Amino acid sequence: MVITRGFSGRGRPAGQYSGRVPPGQHLVSDFPVLTAGPTPRTHLEHWSLSLRDAERDLTVLSWADFEALPQSEMTTDIHCVTKWTKLDTVWRGVTVDDLLKGAGLTNPPGRFVTAECDGGYTTNLPVADLIDGKAMVATHFGGDPLTPAHGGPARLLVPHLYFWKSAKWVRGLHFCDRDHPGFWESLGYHVYGDPWREQRYTGDA
Amino acid sequence: MTSAALLPLRWRTATVIARRPETPHVATLVLDVPGWPGHKAGQHVDLRLTAADGYEAQRSYSIASANDGTAVAITVERVADGEVSPFLLDDVRVSDDLELRGPIGGYFVWSLEDGNPLLLIAGGSGVAPMMSILRARAQALKPPAARLLYSSRDQASIIYRDELDGMTAATDGPRILYTLTRERPVVWSGALGRVDRVMLERIGFPPTDDPLAYVCGPTPFVEQVAADLVALGYAEERIRTERFGPTGAN
Ligand SMILES: Cc1cc2nc3c(=O)[nH]c(=O)nc-3n(C[C@H](O)[C@H](O)[C@H](O)COP(=O)(O)OP(=O)(O)OC[C@H]3O[C@@H](n4cnc5c(N)ncnc54)[C@H](O)[C@@H]3O)c2cc1C
Repeated sequence: MVITRGFSGRGRPAGQYSGRVPPGQHLVSDFPVLTAGPTPRTHLEHWSLSLRDAERDLTVLSWADFEALPQSEMTTDIHCVTKWTKLDTVWRGVTVDDLLKGAGLTNPPGRFVTAECDGGYTTNLPVADLIDGKAMVATHFGGDPLTPAHGGPARLLVPHLYFWKSAKWVRGLHFCDRDHPGFWESLGYHVYGDPWREQRYTGDA
Repeated sequence: MTSAALLPLRWRTATVIARRPETPHVATLVLDVPGWPGHKAGQHVDLRLTAADGYEAQRSYSIASANDGTAVAITVERVADGEVSPFLLDDVRVSDDLELRGPIGGYFVWSLEDGNPLLLIAGGSGVAPMMSILRARAQALKPPAARLLYSSRDQASIIYRDELDGMTAATDGPRILYTLTRERPVVWSGALGRVDRVMLERIGFPPTDDPLAYVCGPTPFVEQVAADLVALGYAEERIRTERFGPTGAN
């Protein structure tokens, strides 16, 4: 450990929250944005969400189809690899469990998922991290429709991983049996991204 | 996609070898990083500060220097109530050690092979990675055409002013348009007000030239500029953005 001369730091989270802030993170009250390029804007009438496996579309949902699925609410902390953590964010959407059920699937059709998004962004996740209520495709934040800058109309929400995994503008979940590194993962970011183990970059334990 | 970006990153101890005030609220720190593997223009480092009781704070800073041996420059702007930036500006001295790792980032990067005309649009300290790009470009024998549109609060807040003006004066130098959002000088050849489509058309390239655009600054600035570029006909996949900071309330 290298002590920084003169640095005492004042960002220690108030005691009650300290157990909720992963190492290297600090609390914010606003909601920063991190995106590689311009913000895509998709009109709802052109929006669809597909679930695919290696061969075919398992289901393609229009906005109306999506809205007709059971809606769930999730209150959760989120952690961005650029070092901010935001507590108690409130989301609404459809859990991946309900998406699979809606497509008539009892088991996920693969061990990994590549989330595919408007603008060409992709991210990879183990299916185990998406099911059993761990993740949703979210359309509302804090009670309001998700703004385009934050991934609207719909983004993936996988709050227990660094937030780049919660892909904005999601349009497809592609199930497969091998893990294919996505956009940031091919550019040096960690393939899994657990904030509690500080898995920021390739090679972090 | 460089393979270098996929090597594990480890924390290194760097030594501050120079400290240069740039504006009343901005300073550059030049760090000597033994074993530095080199970087591409546009990449950043993560700094880690550690208090005596083990408390750590990490922040990202863009590399402002071109690839230059083991010297790495960062340019820090004061966030008034910030934890790390005031410390870096007020308390860090030459010969202090700081921990960092990098280079990080494989998308908001530029190298000569990217070719094509280069349009850089910066707000405030978002000029730091642009400076790395312009410095790298200045080392090239046949650099691509480049233009910089750079928004500052007032004249006193323009970072790297002398060096930028020097670059413009050089053969093959970039064309630069400054704009000021909070000052209207009596004598001023730049633009006034926030970056808008008129300014982008004045300094930019026609989209048919297939320009490569880099936009960096505060989040609302980047959102607006990137949307304007798309509206002007720039290809989305040729617009690379880096957002430095929070959005304000949302
Ligand atoms: C990839 C990347 C590259 C960056 N490069 C640079 C760089 O080259 N130069 C540079 O100066 N900064 C850069 N930043 C921002 C930097 O990482 C810090 O966020 C910044 O220095 C503020 O840290 P702080 O500890 O002083 O403030 P904090 O203690 O983190 O924040 C204090 C308060 O200020 C607000 N705040 C935080 N950051 C900003 C900001 N950037 N602008 C306005 N308000 C803010 C917070 O919401 C909070 O209310 C970069 C960020 C990223 C993600």
